[in-house]
Amino acid sequence: MSHDNNLMTLNLKIWRQKNQDDKGQMVDYKLSGVSKDMSFLEMLDLLNEQLVNESKEPVAFDHDCREGICGMCSLMINGQAHGPRKNTTTCQLHMREYKDGDTIVIEPFRARALPVHKDLIIDRSAFDEIIEAGGFVNVATGNAQDANSILIPKLDSDLAMDAASCIGCAACVASCNNASAMLFVSAKISQLALLPQGKVEAEKRALSMVDKMDELGFGNCTNEAECEASCPKGINISNIARMNLEYLKAAVASKID
Amino acid sequence: MSSKKLNGNVPEGPIQEIWDKHRFNMKLVNPSNKRKFKVIVVGTGLAGASASATLAELGYNVDAFCIQDSPRRAHSIAAQGGINAAKNYPNDGDSVWRLFYDTVKGGDFRAREANVYRLAQVSNNIIDQCTAQGVPFARDYGGTLSNRSFGGAQVSRTFYARGQTGQQLLLGAYSALMKESHKGKVKIYTRREMVELVMVDGKARGIIVRNVITGELEKYKADAVLLCTGGYGNAYFLSTNAMASNGSAAWKAYKKGAYFANPCYTQIHPTCIPVHGENQSKLTLMSESLRNDGRVWVPKAKGDKRSPKDIPEDERDYYLERIYPSFGNLVPRDVASRNAKNQVDDGKGVGATGVAVYLDFKDAIERDGLETIKAKYGNLFDMYESITDENPYVVPMRIYPAVHYTMGGLWVDYNLMSNVPGLFVLGEANFSDHGANRLGASALMQGLADGYFVIPYTLGNYLATEKPEETPVDLDSPEFNEAYHSAQERFQKLLSIGGNRSVDSFHKELGQIMWEHVGMAREEEGLKAGIEKIQKLRDEFWKNLRVTGTEVGVNIELEKANRVADFLELGELMARDALERRESCGGHFRMESQTEENEAKRDDQNFAHVAAWEFQGVDNTPIRHTEELTFENVTLTQRSYK
Repeated sequence: MSHDNNLMTLNLKIWRQKNQDDKGQMVDYKLSGVSKDMSFLEMLDLLNEQLVNESKEPVAFDHDCREGICGMCSLMINGQAHGPRKNTTTCQLHMREYKDGDTIVIEPFRARALPVHKDLIIDRSAFDEIIEAGGFVNVATGNAQDANSILIPKLDSDLAMDAASCIGCAACVASCNNASAMLFVSAKISQLALLPQGKVEAEKRALSMVDKMDELGFGNCTNEAECEASCPKGINISNIARMNLEYLKAAVASKID
Repeated sequence: MSSKKLNGNVPEGPIQEIWDKHRFNMKLVNPSNKRKFKVIVVGTGLAGASASATLAELGYNVDAFCIQDSPRRAHSIAAQGGINAAKNYPNDGDSVWRLFYDTVKGGDFRAREANVYRLAQVSNNIIDQCTAQGVPFARDYGGTLSNRSFGGAQVSRTFYARGQTGQQLLLGAYSALMKESHKGKVKIYTRREMVELVMVDGKARGIIVRNVITGELEKYKADAVLLCTGGYGNAYFLSTNAMASNGSAAWKAYKKGAYFANPCYTQIHPTCIPVHGENQSKLTLMSESLRNDGRVWVPKAKGDKRSPKDIPEDERDYYLERIYPSFGNLVPRDVASRNAKNQVDDGKGVGATGVAVYLDFKDAIERDGLETIKAKYGNLFDMYESITDENPYVVPMRIYPAVHYTMGGLWVDYNLMSNVPGLFVLGEANFSDHGANRLGASALMQGLADGYFVIPYTLGNYLATEKPEETPVDLDSPEFNEAYHSAQERFQKLLSIGGNRSVDSFHKELGQIMWEHVGMAREEEGLKAGIEKIQKLRDEFWKNLRVTGTEVGVNIELEKANRVADFLELGELMARDALERRESCGGHFRMESQTEENEAKRDDQNFAHVAAWEFQGVDNTPIRHTEELTFENVTLTQRSYK
């Protein structure tokens, strides 16, 4: 339903940073004409349209599908990754969460391993590097047997699917005091550890992905569970326990040097 | 220059044997020679990621480019419903032949038979491959894969991973890609946008990309170029496509001589969340699996503004069930969309805007129980509620069609090669398999078929036959420099206009013109008027555009301006193609060509062909070439879902 008769005016405090070398600063903006039905990113579109009309540079932010699935959008909104709603990405957050006159502080996800490119755009290539270290099954195209020849208990398959739902947005890292990437890494390790297809390389995978994560400067887990609370896909922290088990098993039993 | 008859290069023989024979007849590249070749793949969606990974496994060197910060984010990720295959696991009568037949018929007999048959043939391999990669498809309690019926199919042939099938298939292809990146066979270039195709001696030999972080233009060379860059639905501004999805890579190829086929074939998906206001940036699709249980209706009386719960049963018109008793709510997408438009045009639309129809789960909840419906559609219902602030378990959903997919694209032959030697086009970016209407759960199938199972063979044949490695190209050659400078000039020009209107304002206006004139119902006068409006708007764009910032570093306005400049040309071609195709077929509905019952009426006598357009300069009329479509294995019928 349209609420366009109750347009809001908001006070925005937004992180502006020209490039990786720039120090950056918070800048204040007043934005009126915000409707409750707008998504959070449509609110930023409105701000940008206003800035362009004033011949000022718009705020750069990452976004793509705007359906909560691609993992491109990010943002710390009033100190919370993806804002206040549980299981919701920034692109699926709507302005009905806010009221006229509210102040909203918008910053990029921050971590040493995720440097800022510009304004709110960050570099998450570290996540690709971790997947590249072992987040796959080594099966070349054409080698596969009939799909139904691999029987998988429904529960395992469902748990693997829960873990596989990770969108790689890095909210977990941004919310963690230690900038740990363990929820992200454990989601992939879990998915493949739960499935017979992933068992063959389970040891090598756990060792190399965890090593890569450490090497890239992500921190350790101290069981605060902020990652789980901020995860827009509800990835469960029990995946970290499964990852630790896999890592331990591999460290003890692996034939790899 | 005059119109030509194009040849799809389909090998002779019975349709069941063509692909097998062709695979045998094609030349192979010796395993030790494969490492001498470089292949550029633009786009890392299902088609691009699967092609890159598979070619690298074979030993080719691959440079893969994507616009996002990671290949995992390509828009294939947003596909919800599922992927078709002719496994016939449920034993309900499916077969390769039936999948082939359904796809040709669903495309309203405007696809190339042999391509579609091959697609159906390799569909089963796709499911096997994805499962082997660890894609967590839905399973039954016995541990076997689960299937559902989808998008009007009368057999259960759709495999799915909750409502996130596209995500899981893409992450599978992405993992295969990262595996090859790990081995050094694929080099991945993220945050790059292709801005020019480079041709040397009439062959595709490289691309110019813009690094969207530094703003620099970069040159890359190769022995062949694969475009896997998706569709052009964002010409309408509002669509279910991702914000960065664009038609520019294909458009650059078109301007270098590649033919653009059937640009007017756009799919308008029936179950999307309706537009709420002027500042809306995109539309959200609700999986059409919802139509398995939801019932579509509008009030019988025009302008009935009562709340749905106050409208008694006998004052509701379940129009799909009434008009199409045998398919009911499960009619194909084009039919469902057009009927929703008819109801709204007739003044029976619902909601505050009056531009929506109801999709009601009340009966399904009463029949199956709330928990069953929650288990099936919970995530979709939640998404609906978070966007609209209405609870669909209690109040019927409001839905309306939205632009979703483009069946048209660059023309390719049976080998997926365009008319430009060395330029291959895969996935949604090509035109080949869906005819005038794509069936549900077929896009994922086609993207992966092209990438995993077709291109590895046909590209090898091209390389073995043409031997591009014998004529190496130089990044400092006139061809590369010219393409580089032409891209540079374009960006400088976009920055230098210094006008008063933002990129988005032009894009929105173009979208309105497209939706009004080249939308769900098209007619001669409207299309002509649309073309004039687009030309006028394009003219204004180049005089009155304002792009802030500079060419150095991230400049989001400049990125958008470059894409919208292309949409302003592509939109005109879509309208022109729609104007020349004086028949209705699939997603292309011409008001002048309908049956007495207002269904799409094909004209097989005059239009059983592909229209492939050749560029002649932005302000000149392009040439319309044709490829005749012959149907030897299916009988052309008027589609009927009654």
